[in-house]
Amino acid sequence: MIGTLLSGDLPRSKVLSVVMVAILLGLALAPFLFPGTRALNTAATICVFIVLVASYDLLLGYTGIVSFAHTMFYGIGAYGVAIMLDRMPGSWAAIGLGVAAGLAVAVALALVIGLFSLRVQAIFFAMVTLAVASAFMILASQLSGLTGGEDGLTYRVPRVLTPAFKLFQDKLFGVRVDGRIVDYYLVFFAALALFLLMLRIVNSPFGRVLQAIRENPFRAEALGYRTVVYRTVANGLGAGMAALAGVLMALWQKYTGPDTTLSLGIMIDILLMVVIGGMGTLYGAAVGAVIFILAKNYLQGLMGAASEALAGLPLIPHLVHPDRWLLWLGILFILSVYFFPTGIVGRLRK
Amino acid sequence: MTTPEPPVLETRDLTIRFGGHVAVDHVSCAFQRGTLTAIVGPNGAGKTTYFNLISGQLPASAGSVTLYGEEITRLGAPQRTKRGIGRAFQLTNLFPNLSVRENVRLAVQSRQNAGFDLFSMAARHEELIEMADHYLARTDLLDRADAVAAELPHGDQRKLEVAVLLALETDVLMFDEPTAGMSVDEVPVILDLIQHIKADETKTVLLVEHKMDVVRSLADRIIVLHNGALVADGVPAEVMALDVVRDAYLGTGSGGGDDDA
Ligand SMILES: Nc1ncnc2c1ncn2[C@@H]1O[C@H](COP(=O)(O)OP(=O)(O)O)[C@@H](O)[C@H]1O
Ligand SMILES: [Mg+2]
Repeated sequence: MIGTLLSGDLPRSKVLSVVMVAILLGLALAPFLFPGTRALNTAATICVFIVLVASYDLLLGYTGIVSFAHTMFYGIGAYGVAIMLDRMPGSWAAIGLGVAAGLAVAVALALVIGLFSLRVQAIFFAMVTLAVASAFMILASQLSGLTGGEDGLTYRVPRVLTPAFKLFQDKLFGVRVDGRIVDYYLVFFAALALFLLMLRIVNSPFGRVLQAIRENPFRAEALGYRTVVYRTVANGLGAGMAALAGVLMALWQKYTGPDTTLSLGIMIDILLMVVIGGMGTLYGAAVGAVIFILAKNYLQGLMGAASEALAGLPLIPHLVHPDRWLLWLGILFILSVYFFPTGIVGRLRK
Repeated sequence: MTTPEPPVLETRDLTIRFGGHVAVDHVSCAFQRGTLTAIVGPNGAGKTTYFNLISGQLPASAGSVTLYGEEITRLGAPQRTKRGIGRAFQLTNLFPNLSVRENVRLAVQSRQNAGFDLFSMAARHEELIEMADHYLARTDLLDRADAVAAELPHGDQRKLEVAVLLALETDVLMFDEPTAGMSVDEVPVILDLIQHIKADETKTVLLVEHKMDVVRSLADRIIVLHNGALVADGVPAEVMALDVVRDAYLGTGSGGGDDDA
């Protein structure tokens, strides 16, 4: 049963199994274990990024494709829902239409980019994706009538997903189950389903071909696999999954703007998460997303406290000033790559 | 000797230039079903490049390749494999970080056109795994099935290269120095296999091989390439007696030269 659910791809390490169960339980019970807006927001962000980073691992870790357009597809999914909800506030139909439109645009765009540039050198493909993603970012801010420009869009989601909605009269385990928590569980279960779906895909006959292409594309061709076609389909799949992650983020944040979806800063975050967690394992995407987002959300706070406590000392308070958190994250990243070149999961599975 | 049957595979004026250098020079040759043709010639003669042109790894500068009378010169390597041209590589060319079994299973899967199945578990397709194991058994590799390909000793990697080719079940099989670098006791395994394939009247085998005793015992016919051009073509006894072959090839290599391999 669990074997089928995980598509036969078990963690294959005691520590990793414990970590994965902890992540699953932590996220499943987040509203009850970690009450409070900030904690729930962190948990939802982790859910979304697990999908986003896993979908990127499909490309980078499994197929060996380097793309910089992943946040573009993420943004397309988010904007699809955002634009529709902006026109038809609070409507489920808007969400349905937004999902369909976002998915269609993302997948079609990915297939076109793939067919035109995946047959040439990897570096060329990476550059094309960077160019297209940059152009798309400019386009999104120019079409302000549709996208809200730099300000983005703030919209109303269906009432069931808002704090005003109460699922039960009484509290459950001391927590009032409002629409916010319903929204969280929508995000959680969708993310779980998408993660399991991706786990299935990478363990399918198709997924095996992707790994073969990553290992030796020349040999894969000699076996009869048309690598361009497989890479293009993988690119479309990754884009579709990223768009769905964008949909979840749009439903959670009730705001969609260029900085929260399209920015290249997020693209770099995704790269860091997949590398820290361990490429080509999918579990690595989950581990990387959890560590990175916890660090991003709480490292600054910790550093602020440390900086204040150490006030008066020379230099040190400046080094641990909250503004330096990226520096420390960078150091953490370099250390982790140095000591765990195959990522945390690769290390645990050794 | 002359067969009325049309050839399975044929090249006409097949040519490739790298800059000014002509590596394969107007080679015209037809290959019959149920025969084994040895391709000999000194290093750099263009044997591997000729294979690359036939199997689609390189695009021809001029000339044509036809399979069962149909021109396939413009097709890519995957399409040619699907149509029945399989080949093993001179330089071992595997999926290094995948298991031995997976290397063969991927070939079986390609042959069964199962690559676009996205939602079932590859590990549950037992028939594909059983077929892969069958080829591993034939190449004496079954006990190494779970090893990572890169960790096999050289001789076993050469065998795996052959197992992958067998698994494709193509009508045309091209072997590029299959026994090069193998230890003496491993060579017979491969030669027996090739002998076996040759006995199958439906297959067409092309073999690049330096060991003249091997060529003599296996080949129905020998063609000689020299500086990219076909300079001799005939039954083994005839070709081996030719001056051009003795000078260019047997003169230096027949005595003790190959014995260290
Ligand atoms: N991709 C290539 N680019 C340039 N030159 C090549 C290429 N492949 C082969 N050659 C040249 O073509 C000639 C024939 O090589 P090859 O077919 O490997 O010889 P053989 O297999 O008979 O030893 C050599 O001179 C080699 O340097
Ligand atoms: Mg050669």
